[in-house]
Amino acid sequence: MTLLKTLIGMLALVMVVLVNTIVVMWCERKWMGHMQSRQGPMRTGFHGALQPFADALKLLGKEDLVPAGADRILYLIAPIIAFTPSILVYAATPWVAAFTGASFDVGIFMVFAIAALFPVGILVAGWSSHNKYSLIGGFRAAAQQISYEVPMILAVLGVVMLAGSMGLQQIVEAQAGVWNVITQPFAFILFFVGMLAELNRTPFDMPEAESELVAGFNTEYSSMRFALFFVAEYMNVFTWSLLTVLLFLGGWSGPLLPGIVWLFLKTYLLVFVIIWVRATFPRVRVDQLMEIGWKLLLPAALLNVLITAVGIVTNLVVLSVLEFAAAAALVWLVSRLGKHAGDRVREAAVERHAPPRTRAAEATVASTETEGATA
Amino acid sequence: MFDAILIFTGFLMIGALLGFALVTLPRFMAPSRPGELKSVTYECGERPIGEPWVKFRVAYYVFALAFVVFDVEAVFLYPWAVIIRQLGIYGLVQMAIFIGILVLGLAYAWRKGVLKWV
Repeated sequence: MTLLKTLIGMLALVMVVLVNTIVVMWCERKWMGHMQSRQGPMRTGFHGALQPFADALKLLGKEDLVPAGADRILYLIAPIIAFTPSILVYAATPWVAAFTGASFDVGIFMVFAIAALFPVGILVAGWSSHNKYSLIGGFRAAAQQISYEVPMILAVLGVVMLAGSMGLQQIVEAQAGVWNVITQPFAFILFFVGMLAELNRTPFDMPEAESELVAGFNTEYSSMRFALFFVAEYMNVFTWSLLTVLLFLGGWSGPLLPGIVWLFLKTYLLVFVIIWVRATFPRVRVDQLMEIGWKLLLPAALLNVLITAVGIVTNLVVLSVLEFAAAAALVWLVSRLGKHAGDRVREAAVERHAPPRTRAAEATVASTETEGATA
Repeated sequence: MFDAILIFTGFLMIGALLGFALVTLPRFMAPSRPGELKSVTYECGERPIGEPWVKFRVAYYVFALAFVVFDVEAVFLYPWAVIIRQLGIYGLVQMAIFIGILVLGLAYAWRKGVLKWV
């Protein structure tokens, strides 16, 4: 009996997640539209509310193709490999204080372990498609994972230190007084950047990179197999927003309104920020992401571990001050690096667009010099 | 703990079965008219030239090696992080030495110029 109850509970939870995935899809199209002075979908239902369903129906009616020469079995199961972990993460994710379904003692650690399977699905898809673009996309997904994952895991270490537990339930309880984003702003920034890379979203959407790789790893996919990648991606957006809220933004704590309302408000605020980032930033190159990951984020994450450890041994006010200082230093450093890169690009552009006369003059000077040398 | 494993298995089954069900649906709803041209892989609309499964030069080989080292390090750090309050200064110094050695390794690799996309 309890078994049946548990099963129904799990199915209900999956339904809630799927509904939220659809809402996130709609939010993305609508909000992106308005950010780009468009309206987004308008025809299907109220302000395009039924657009995701229309898309799903359309994809259901599409032929399920397997490209010639593809590794058939891997090609067919790759979407399932990518999709399953995005559901499985919810085995370790609490929603409210009362939810004790599967409060793993190693909660966040297990979330990372499960989430690490998603790029595997992409790599398998890219390799098995027998398409050059897909292959490059798949390898990029692997390159991306080894760049962002270590800084991201190390950033969460500070949160674990503060809570004294890896369980997400306990981490939220530990934030009853003060949210982790106050005591761990530095870690929050590092985690957020890592999360954008984890989600394969702009500015880190290299595995798809529609302007260079056609559609990256899912170039050859059609019908529901394509949809499955799509759904997994948006489900991950929701999942990781939720996890960020649990880790840094105090989970379901908040005044007046019930906890679950606060949880959703905060989650959708983060979804908005993720979409906002997509509408704002250009894509980085894959080698640039590696540089960012290994030369900036990783040292920063190790510094964060050190600061947090020192802060916990002394006191929390010291920790908060140090963390804010480190965050400010990071922002300053990145802006300086960005300015430097921008200056170099501008110099190169000035050289390229130098007026023809100067170039001709330079050429004359150069030729007279060589003539002089030969004479 | 048994409950946790049960729920984990439950979600695993739901995820896999849902994924399987979704990809099986078009089999009954979608048309299937396979054709030779249809199954050609996309390459700018032309016939693909050459074999895509060539020996791929993985430009981030050294990163992958460093990744393994630092990922394992992260695994070691987590149990320490949970009990850092009990360990106090002693644990802090010990872990600082451990991280210090790894940072030295990273700094050496950086200096050597291997942390580069080649």
